[in-house]
Amino acid sequence: MITKRIVLTFPEKIVTKPITYRLVKDFDLQFNILRAEITKDVEGKILLEIKGSKEKIEEGINYLKNEGISIQDASKDIIFDKEKCINCGFCPSLCITNALVMDQKTHELIFDKNKCILCGFCENSCPMDAIKLKI
Amino acid sequence: MSKTIEEINEKIKSGKAVVLNAEEIIDFAQEHGIKKTAKTVDVVTTATFGPMCSSGAFLNFGHSDPPIRMTKVWLNDVPAYTGIAAVDAYIGATELKDFFDIGKPNDMSYGGAHVIQDLIDKKPVKLKALSYGTDCYPRREIETFITLETINQAFLFNPRNAYQNYGAATNSSNKTIYTYMGKLLPNYGNVTYSTSSQLSPLLNDPYYRTIGIGTKIFLGGGVGFVAWYGTQHNPQRQRLVNGTPIGAAGTIAVIGDLKKMNSKYLKAAVFHNYGVTMYVGIGIPIPVIDEEMVDFLRVKDEDIFTEIHDYSVQRRNKPSLGKVNYQQLRSGFIFIKGKKVPTGCLSSYKVALEIADLLKSWIKNGKFLLTNMVEPLPAEQKVNVLNVLTEDEL
Repeated sequence: MITKRIVLTFPEKIVTKPITYRLVKDFDLQFNILRAEITKDVEGKILLEIKGSKEKIEEGINYLKNEGISIQDASKDIIFDKEKCINCGFCPSLCITNALVMDQKTHELIFDKNKCILCGFCENSCPMDAIKLKI
Repeated sequence: MSKTIEEINEKIKSGKAVVLNAEEIIDFAQEHGIKKTAKTVDVVTTATFGPMCSSGAFLNFGHSDPPIRMTKVWLNDVPAYTGIAAVDAYIGATELKDFFDIGKPNDMSYGGAHVIQDLIDKKPVKLKALSYGTDCYPRREIETFITLETINQAFLFNPRNAYQNYGAATNSSNKTIYTYMGKLLPNYGNVTYSTSSQLSPLLNDPYYRTIGIGTKIFLGGGVGFVAWYGTQHNPQRQRLVNGTPIGAAGTIAVIGDLKKMNSKYLKAAVFHNYGVTMYVGIGIPIPVIDEEMVDFLRVKDEDIFTEIHDYSVQRRNKPSLGKVNYQQLRSGFIFIKGKKVPTGCLSSYKVALEIADLLKSWIKNGKFLLTNMVEPLPAEQKVNVLNVLTEDEL
């Protein structure tokens, strides 16, 4: 059994297909949706953690690709450079797990790495290039 | 009860001036009332530190031997404008390295703002220039290295800074967009805004009673001046009873000696898929001339409103999704169409507060005196749009 984190990007036409159901049923994979941005009729994104045998994971990913879903490995690490940060408070607007928040009293950015699920939404957002994601 | 700038300066010189920052004045006025505050407090320091694209610097390189009348010039491969005298140039903050593919620059990681920051960080900068050669300027090409020390003059001259309020941005479309208001997630995924709100210079002097042409200011860590009213200055924007405009209104053009600046308060920045810009630190002292001034200076985040615009609409006029105040925006989220939307600020309140306090200490130590303006900023000014016309249609 191995665990893998992937980011799925759906074209709008297949958002309504029950693809996660098929992953369980046909490939015997356990999964955990860490983040999803899905609305009917638009492009969607899911950060998925899947657990299963190496072969089944590969087959499952191939199935997803054949369905027209683009697959990316999720980030493995996030590096926050406090020296570069000017505490503007932009990145918290991209972070749903509140790993990046502004301290209302000190007006400083607080980064709690334990809360970060490496979804990558904050990528390419920092004007000072203080946030880097490693894939 | 009113005070003149001269009276305030006498108090500064004798070390007796009472100086507060624009945040401290809020509670002070609340506690002591307007009358007593006007009598007690002499100066309130305001500040902002945000992305201001309309920034750049004039440089004079000195003459080489034999001399050259520079026609095209590059600084670390970033083009500067040299359609002025022989060795004068203007390097604009948003200028990119001139390697264009099909209408799109392929390197947005380094631009004019970085050149300016490298200069103030005392780093060597590669200067390359070409010319056609004249009888008086025979040289046709030069490549050399300069630093801020080796060149003659270097002064920042920003045509539009310190916007008096600005609209907030969101994105109703189904894909992520990259704008000068930052990365905007689909389906109202976030809202971004850019101001130091209750600390901001022109929001504390909404009718430009004390800030005008000639006003001495803190600029990028050094001293500068308001040189003119800024481009797109729009004083006639709709205002609240407290005088603050709802959205982008007044602007100032500022000037100051780059050689005295510090990259802590003048910083290059990159907005992904948009381009290069510069964070400019500006601090403006506001003299507490009378009670009316206190009334303006005690403005706080909840009293200042802006409009939210949909940046997915690629038109000059972007639809409004309603008004919101800065207390709501700073709380971390607002509601748009019933959806809880996280908010993000591009301007750094923390650095703005630092600048306001630094300026406060300069004044308290008698190092910085206030100035009377030479001319007020225009109170009436129309913002024109650009129409595509033939000469006959004008």
